[in-house]
Amino acid sequence: MPPAKTSAKPSVMRSVRDIAIVAFGQTDHLRSTDELSEVEMLMPVLHQVLASTGLKTSDIGFTCSGSSDYLAGRAFSFTMALDGVGAWPPISESHVEMDGAWALYEAWTKLLTGDADTALVYSYGKSSPGSVRDVLTRQLDPYYVAPLWPDSVALAALQAQALIDAGDADEPALAGVAARSRGDAAANSHAQLSGSVPQGDYVVRPLRAGDCPPIGDGAAAVILAAGDRARELCERPAWIRGIDHRIEAHSLGVRDLTDSPSSRLAAERAGAFERPVDTAELHAPFTSQEIVLRKALKLGDDVSVNPSGGALAANPVMAAGLIRLGEAAARIHRGESDRALAHATSGPCLQQNLVAVLEGES
Amino acid sequence: MNKEPVAVVGIGQTKHVAARQDVSIAGLVREAAQQALTDAELTWADIDAVVIGKAPDFFEGVMMPELYLADALGAVGKPMLRVHTAGSVGGSTALVAANLIAGRVHGTVLTLAFEKQSESNAMWGLSLPVPFQQPLLAGAGGFFAPHVRAYMRRTGAPDTVGSLVAYKDRRNALKNPYAHLHEHDITLEKVQASPMLWDPIRYSETCPSSDGACAMILTDRAGAARSPRPPAWMHGGAMRSEPTLHAGKDFVSPQAGKDCAADVYRQAGVTDPRREIDAVEMYVPFSWYEPMWLENLGFAEEGEGWKLTESGVTELDGDLPVNMSGGVLSTNPIGASGMIRFAEAALQVRGQAGEHQIDGARRALGHAYGGGSQFFSMWLVGAEQPTT
Repeated sequence: MPPAKTSAKPSVMRSVRDIAIVAFGQTDHLRSTDELSEVEMLMPVLHQVLASTGLKTSDIGFTCSGSSDYLAGRAFSFTMALDGVGAWPPISESHVEMDGAWALYEAWTKLLTGDADTALVYSYGKSSPGSVRDVLTRQLDPYYVAPLWPDSVALAALQAQALIDAGDADEPALAGVAARSRGDAAANSHAQLSGSVPQGDYVVRPLRAGDCPPIGDGAAAVILAAGDRARELCERPAWIRGIDHRIEAHSLGVRDLTDSPSSRLAAERAGAFERPVDTAELHAPFTSQEIVLRKALKLGDDVSVNPSGGALAANPVMAAGLIRLGEAAARIHRGESDRALAHATSGPCLQQNLVAVLEGES
Repeated sequence: MNKEPVAVVGIGQTKHVAARQDVSIAGLVREAAQQALTDAELTWADIDAVVIGKAPDFFEGVMMPELYLADALGAVGKPMLRVHTAGSVGGSTALVAANLIAGRVHGTVLTLAFEKQSESNAMWGLSLPVPFQQPLLAGAGGFFAPHVRAYMRRTGAPDTVGSLVAYKDRRNALKNPYAHLHEHDITLEKVQASPMLWDPIRYSETCPSSDGACAMILTDRAGAARSPRPPAWMHGGAMRSEPTLHAGKDFVSPQAGKDCAADVYRQAGVTDPRREIDAVEMYVPFSWYEPMWLENLGFAEEGEGWKLTESGVTELDGDLPVNMSGGVLSTNPIGASGMIRFAEAALQVRGQAGEHQIDGARRALGHAYGGGSQFFSMWLVGAEQPTT
């Protein structure tokens, strides 16, 4: 046997090329969009990011999307979205069956190879046609767990209770997260829920309605560009200083649900701990998950967490993570942040996590 | 930009069968991954990231199965990406993994694709009705048969060509221990006497439904230097997509396929694919797609592909062997089928293809397509490290 190469250490990953988010667009997130197909929901945001950069589909070097067949209720659901992109003449394109944050990651790696200078990333999800709580049970271990149909709120409630039992939170603390998020969302015209929203009754103890995300439909799109191309397309590009993602074991029984080691490792690799961030957009669909993530990501009280209102204000499944990256970038574009952390999650109880560090040039 | 060269140093695949009832989905993928590690003489700890692909989740009835498979693939604590680009996914998955190395994000990556079709019903998975869209209730064969007819009409190909391909691929499969179909008593007459399913496509000219997984270990220059066996080097790789429903679409020879091949050849410095490429693993789920893709990939002039097939050029002992492994016609775990093409191309240039090895194969093409012939992914691998 040759000497084993040491496996990935949590050192900071240095990329070989500067890449930035130069445009971000999202839909208004709504409880139901019966009148719109996925393509119709997506088209306006695609046009929005193209218009804001002046790019045409034919100018884009690489396109990548994220979505899930199970939300659409059919196989190959992403293929029709390509009609909306206008993939003629043919384009260099790929798709992840994940949140769009991971589509952005794939596009970032493509730009690192130098094969493309610009990338269009989009994702969308319509939860309204079915019961998303039931649908998400289908992503659990298919032999031992999924047949029991434990739904996403019940699993999050286990995590919330573990957090309370560990003394890391109590119900008023959870309610505080909800109130702050939905209060902040008042300034976000795209949010589904905003302003003062009652904490409501228990859905699954200890989680009340206010601790859970709204169920809704929505789409988002981002444009990435490398080096000088980014400076041409955006006055103040949001440079991706680091981005990494990590997955944990699937079974809840082997994880400490009060911690998120994969978030911490991804943040470390992305360079998040080198200098403080001023903003963090966390993909925490449940109030308790924000508390877990704040601790894992070492975010102090001086960090503005989810100024958009976060996933508690709008949680279009498969797009909510990409929206966190987009919201963080948009704050940098507007000069409201100099260094922001963006986070996306996937799987039950924060199983898989992505962290990016974005910076504006001062 | 100076990309890091990408090498294939480990390849594994399961024995493909109609139903692997002895293993779970996790057991199936673990088997292929472990084989690839063994081939590369590496351990799970040597892997920096995992990139996994499969065709629609409805085929097994598990939403985003990579979440559940993280443990089985040693991905805990590592990055794990899940690719889904319809039938081309096996190829696309390998290319996404290759980019992680080419862009110097990681040094060694495990990439794997699978389908365990026996867990559910693929025909059901493809037949969920979609409002306001044309139903494709005749299955994949019903979708592709008119395009085969269009090819025959356009080129004047005699209606015997399809059966020649099926007869060749099924004989090639007999030399591949991993192939699903091992029809020891196959004859050309038997292929031609098999029932007509979707005119002009006969039963023996269609692919089976398989359970199976394929895995590869991709690595950088440093990793390749430690490889105990000859690596296959990636000389070019590309993906191209075009819309599903598009008035100008040529279903016989889609523009996306031509553009994808042209990009790969440009990267690899290939100007005459017919002479410069020694072996091809192409995605042929229905036999007529061999002559059709020979043209689409630039191995034959338009209208001439069937002549290469008819004259025996694509036979195992021809001068442009196609689907030495038996191809998709002999083995079709849908999500893995594209990666098997990529892996078989790599096996050829590594000289590791066993009984279906082409002597002296130095450059080989792996090809995959998906959807209604609108997604393409290809790579060209060589025995030598690329010079550029």
